[in-house]
Amino acid sequence: MTRILRLAAAVAMAALAGCSTVRSPDSRDPWEGVNRATFEFNDGFDNVLMRPLAEGYRFVLPSPARTAVANFFSNLNDPWVALNQLMQGKVERAIDDLGRFVWNSTFGLIGLIDVASDMGLQKHKEDFGQTLAVWGVDFGPYFVLPILGPSSVRDTGGLAVDAFAYLPWQIPKWADFDHRVTWQWSLTGLDLVQTRASLLDATDLLEQAALDRYAFLRNAYFQRRRNLIYDGNPPPLPADKQSDPTPFADPAPRGALVEPALPPNYSAVLAVDAPRTVAAR
Amino acid sequence: MTRASLLLAAALIAPAAFAQDTAPDTLVKGVTQEVLGVIKQDRDIQAGNQRKTIALVEEKVLPHFNFARMTALAMGPNWRKATPEQQKALIDQFRTLLVRTYSSALSSYRNQVIDFKPMRGQAGDADVIVRSEVKQPGGEPVSIDYSMEKTPGGWKVYDVVVGGVSLVTTYRETFTNEVRNNGVDGLIKALADKNRQLETKNG
Repeated sequence: MTRILRLAAAVAMAALAGCSTVRSPDSRDPWEGVNRATFEFNDGFDNVLMRPLAEGYRFVLPSPARTAVANFFSNLNDPWVALNQLMQGKVERAIDDLGRFVWNSTFGLIGLIDVASDMGLQKHKEDFGQTLAVWGVDFGPYFVLPILGPSSVRDTGGLAVDAFAYLPWQIPKWADFDHRVTWQWSLTGLDLVQTRASLLDATDLLEQAALDRYAFLRNAYFQRRRNLIYDGNPPPLPADKQSDPTPFADPAPRGALVEPALPPNYSAVLAVDAPRTVAAR
Repeated sequence: MTRASLLLAAALIAPAAFAQDTAPDTLVKGVTQEVLGVIKQDRDIQAGNQRKTIALVEEKVLPHFNFARMTALAMGPNWRKATPEQQKALIDQFRTLLVRTYSSALSSYRNQVIDFKPMRGQAGDADVIVRSEVKQPGGEPVSIDYSMEKTPGGWKVYDVVVGGVSLVTTYRETFTNEVRNNGVDGLIKALADKNRQLETKNG
């Protein structure tokens, strides 16, 4: 109990501190103070609960078993992916993803074995946040969710819809299982732990690589979302190719050179974050 | 110019031209397979021996990266504001950070399969993207793309994009903020501190 109180006090202090120091201003993140505070809270929650659970999970379960569990939950996600592909106008992909669900559920033993990937039907990642993006909804401010981490106002709205289609929670309800609540919480909890376990290496890398983890994660989040929305082929940002062509040049007379036009606060990102045309596949 | 000196010039240039004829995707594929091959055999590296992994990366991977250009890209307009000594220090520190991070990533390699996709671009291009994919069990494959440019010393990598997240773009924001708050020297100090911290942590 005292630990929770201490955590709450830490959050309150972090919130106050966060509100006063905005260390890396970004036009996409007008709520940086609050976001940093939530980020600190998430870190605490992760270190106290999620990380130990995930490390224990990884220790207890051998790799093939963890793969089977991951495949199981990934399979339950595929029908929603297919529906989102359809809502974005990508009919062929919708059929592929539905095919994944069918093959994995049958030949793959309720999804434990991913036979579909071997058949050439690759896993796609789609969610309602991406569908909203394709429909033309703008990003909205960056928003760190408690526990779940980086998001944006648009993607949080998307998550709310994703929750309706989250099968580990909904199937016990629709199929009216006995001990429904136990099933729902157990499956959801297992999914959270196994997801966290699969990200353990990535979070270790983040600690190594980043000077400012909050800003690093924020930046990576925006790039990743663009990549997902454009299905791996995002149009290049105007700032990408800025460089000094002769890195070891002596500092030339300032007036002689033209500064590369790096947009000061990446407002260009918002401008190019436009929905894909359906024709481009 | 006499004929003799022309012949001499031709003789000197020819071997160099021959050396740089490896196509970028062949190069990346070759180096990747070589490095992964070593890791698969080496128990020490799999157990997490950082020093050995770093030595491997410095020997096999480093020669194919253009860290000067990577640092310049990550600095953006601030590159011009740095003196040549500062620029050299930035390149050194950034290289150390990236080598450590990359070595760390390699030690969690668990025999995943890496596919190389057909390269996009025309035959005469001097700037290409080599695309690869790491197959993950139970998840979508992670794409790793290498932006490469042709230099007199051969093809060199100047940006790595993992799952759509570009190394240069991500660090550019960090560097810009650090320079804005503490100047170029502040950035060099921050990088040096980070490298020192990583070194003492991993040994």
